[in-house]
This record gives sequence, structure tokens and C-alpha cells, in this order.
Amino acid sequence: MIEVTNLEKSFGDAHILKGISTTFDKGKTNLIIGQSGSGKTVFLKCLLGLFDYEKGKIAYEGQVFAELSEAEKRNMRAKIGMVFQGSALFDSMTIEENVMFPLQMFTKQSKSEMQDRANFVLNRVKLKDANKKMPSEASGGMQKRVAIARAIVNNPKYLFCDEPNSGLDPKTAIVIDNLIKEITEEYDITTVINTHDMNSVMEIGDKIVFLKDGLKAWEGSKDNIFQTDNEVVTDFVYSSNLFKKVRRMYIEDNT
Amino acid sequence: MFRKPTKWSVMKQLILKDIDDLVIGSIGIVAFISFFVGGVVTIQTALNMDNPLIPRSLVGFATRQSVILEFAPTFISVIMAGKVGSFITSSIGTMRVTEQIDALEVMGINSLNYLVFPKFIALTLYPFVISIAMFLGIVGGLAACVFGGYASIDDYITGLQEDFIPFHLVYAFLKTLLFAFVLATVPSYHGYYMKGGALEVGKASTTSFVWTSVVIILLNYILTQMLLS
Repeated sequence: MIEVTNLEKSFGDAHILKGISTTFDKGKTNLIIGQSGSGKTVFLKCLLGLFDYEKGKIAYEGQVFAELSEAEKRNMRAKIGMVFQGSALFDSMTIEENVMFPLQMFTKQSKSEMQDRANFVLNRVKLKDANKKMPSEASGGMQKRVAIARAIVNNPKYLFCDEPNSGLDPKTAIVIDNLIKEITEEYDITTVINTHDMNSVMEIGDKIVFLKDGLKAWEGSKDNIFQTDNEVVTDFVYSSNLFKKVRRMYIEDNT
Repeated sequence: MFRKPTKWSVMKQLILKDIDDLVIGSIGIVAFISFFVGGVVTIQTALNMDNPLIPRSLVGFATRQSVILEFAPTFISVIMAGKVGSFITSSIGTMRVTEQIDALEVMGINSLNYLVFPKFIALTLYPFVISIAMFLGIVGGLAACVFGGYASIDDYITGLQEDFIPFHLVYAFLKTLLFAFVLATVPSYHGYYMKGGALEVGKASTTSFVWTSVVIILLNYILTQMLLS
């Protein structure tokens, strides 16, 4: 579990996060949603320790990240897997080498052991026979799956995903969403996803945190989001006619 | 750059890769340029010696001095600022804009050490490239002399041996080592700390080339004043 308490972050005069408190539960897919500029990416980067923050605290299973020693932070980071928006695969390495990279850096496994583990996770994300391809030879969906494989190869306790569906066709986006959901439950990890994709919100949002102007405007689950009267949330989530219809149908079915 | 070092088994591979990319990969262009510029220096010197009282061996002497003191260490380093410097800036800059550096940081890897330190170590072999430039510059001069009929091989070789001051080699290699440090660090800085997208990677590469060249030229002046005057 990750606990965030009264988190504040500024860049110069721009106050980006204005005191966010929430928790992200273990074994659940926790989604951060909100308009562009609402502070989602800054929030995610604070969670990852890529940005320092002025006030508040972020605790991983009770351990406050900012208060850890360098060695402890390093150990903590080894427990974190991250899927970047653009996949962030290393261009100069093959897909297999990308997946083996965290093992090379943090374990003392032999090359054959690392290859076995890489093959296992590549199979898990349904990528066979792609080991020797370079990232540039893979499609966007394949690259995302490699990024997920790299993120989970070292058995992380926390998985962070920044816009995992961006740039993907709807069918591939669903595949990626389901994959993340399955992996979260299978490995019992705390997953935090930063997304704009309302389909993800409806499908895999065990917990949803809605940010607006650097503040937490709402939080709940995918079921709560159909029922909420919070105008800020409904304006954003049901901005398209399709989702308005979906909501109407959901309410009709459940009354 | 030196804090929190990357695992040695990984670092070893990175250093070998950078030696291949930065040092071995530069030998071809350095050899080509050195050979022909050495030849041009010889031709220019010979064509400007129209006084019959000046011995023809001076062609070899002038080529040796030009190549060892300035052409190989400085001129080649400015060329390397374009070739190696742009490569370093654009490769690290691309990693920055595509979040590959963030990926390293999230994994708890000291990205500066991972990316810059191997380049720094690889470029300690840069004097080897400059030795080749010196040798081929002088051989190019010899070839131009012989094929152009400006002086005999004996005159050229006699000129090469005249008034040879070993400290000039020490001076040249000291400069080279310092330039190697500049070639590893200035372009890395411009790549690592760049902001923006693909367009900015191109701009950062150009800026890096300009600044690397400026630093090399200024250091060259300062070192020459300190060591030779």
C-alpha cells in the first residue's frame, strides 16, 4: 500500500500539487485521472521519487521514501516497476536485453537464468519470438507489452504506468488494460495508473483518484463513478455522448 | 558521475561499447583526414619555398612540427567535437526526451554514472587516435613529397629528424588528454540536461559542437602559452 499525505509541489511560483492525500491499495489497479495540466504527471513523478516535494509525505508500506538513506532508496526502487508513456525502451538493446536489464543490474543471476526469466515474462505478456528484435522493429502495442515485461521481470511490489494506452488502437488498449489488471491481481502488487482513457476507468478502475487544478476533487471506484453527482467528475468523465449513454444505461440497469 | 557506480559487469560492457563507438569508430575518418591534410601541409610548405638556399629537408621538418604540435591534437579534436561530440549529445539527448533516462532513475540507477562515466573512460584511449593521426599525417606528407616531386624521400626523412624536441610530444599528448576530457564531458552535459523534443536534440548537438570547439581552442591557447613559451 502507498499512503500519500498532504502532498504539495511547486515549480517556482506555479503551485502544482496543493495538498493531496490518498491511499493506493495492494492488489488493486489504482487510477489517477484528470484533465491535462491537473498535476497527474507531477503527482506520479513525486510518487516515483523523480521529483522532490515541499510538503507532505509518501509512504510505501509505512516507510517514508524521502526519509530513506540512499541505499534504502536504491533497494526500494528495485521493488518498483514503471511503464512509461512512450515505453522508454532502450534503443540500443534488443527486446530480450531490455527485459533482462533490471535483472542484470540488481541480481546475481547467470545469463541463462536471466534469459529464462525474460522468456517467462515475455510469454506472460504474450510476446513470443520477439526476443531478438530491436524496439524500433516492434509496434506500439508490442513496445508497451515489452515495457510491462521489463517492469515486472524483477517481481516488483509496485507497478506505475503513465498513460499506458496512449497512441494505441482501442483493441490493443483493452489488451494492455486487461494485462495490467491480470498482473496486478496475479502478483498482488500495488498498481498506480495515470490515464486519460475513460475506457480504462470503466473497465479496470478499482480505485480512481480524480485531480483538478492540483487538488483531489473526487475518489472512488469504477462503480461509484457511474453514480456520483460530483459535477466536476461528471463533466470530465461523461464529456462524450457515448459515455453519457453508457452512464444512463448503467443507472437504468441498476435501479 | 562517480557516486553510486554501476555494477562492474555492466560497466565493463558499456566501456567496451563506447570504445568501439567513440574510438575505433573514429579511426577511419581520422586516418583519411590526417593522410590528406598531412599531404596538403607538405605541398603548401614546398610551394612557398622558392629560395634555392633553403634546404628541401625543411619540408619534412615543417610537416612534422605542424602535424605533431597542432594538426593532430587540435584540428582532429575539433573534428572529433563534430563527430563524437554530436553523437554523444544526440544519443544522450534522445534518451532524455524518450524518458529512457527517467527509466534508469526509476530503477535506482545513477544515470550520470551509467551514461557518462563509460564515455569518459573510453576517451582515455583518445591519444591512441591522435598517435595514428600524427603517423598518417607525416606519411601523407611523405607521399605528397614523393608523388609531387617536391623533395626526395631522404630529404623528407632528414627533415623529420632535424631539431626534434621530445617535449613537443609530451605537450601534444597532454593537450590530447585534456581535449579527451572536454570531448567526453561538454557534449554529455548538453545531452543530459537538455529539455524539449526532437528539434531540441538537434539544437543541443549544434550547441554542443560549438561549445566543445570553443573550449578546445581556448584550452589550446592557454596550454601552448603555459607549456611552450
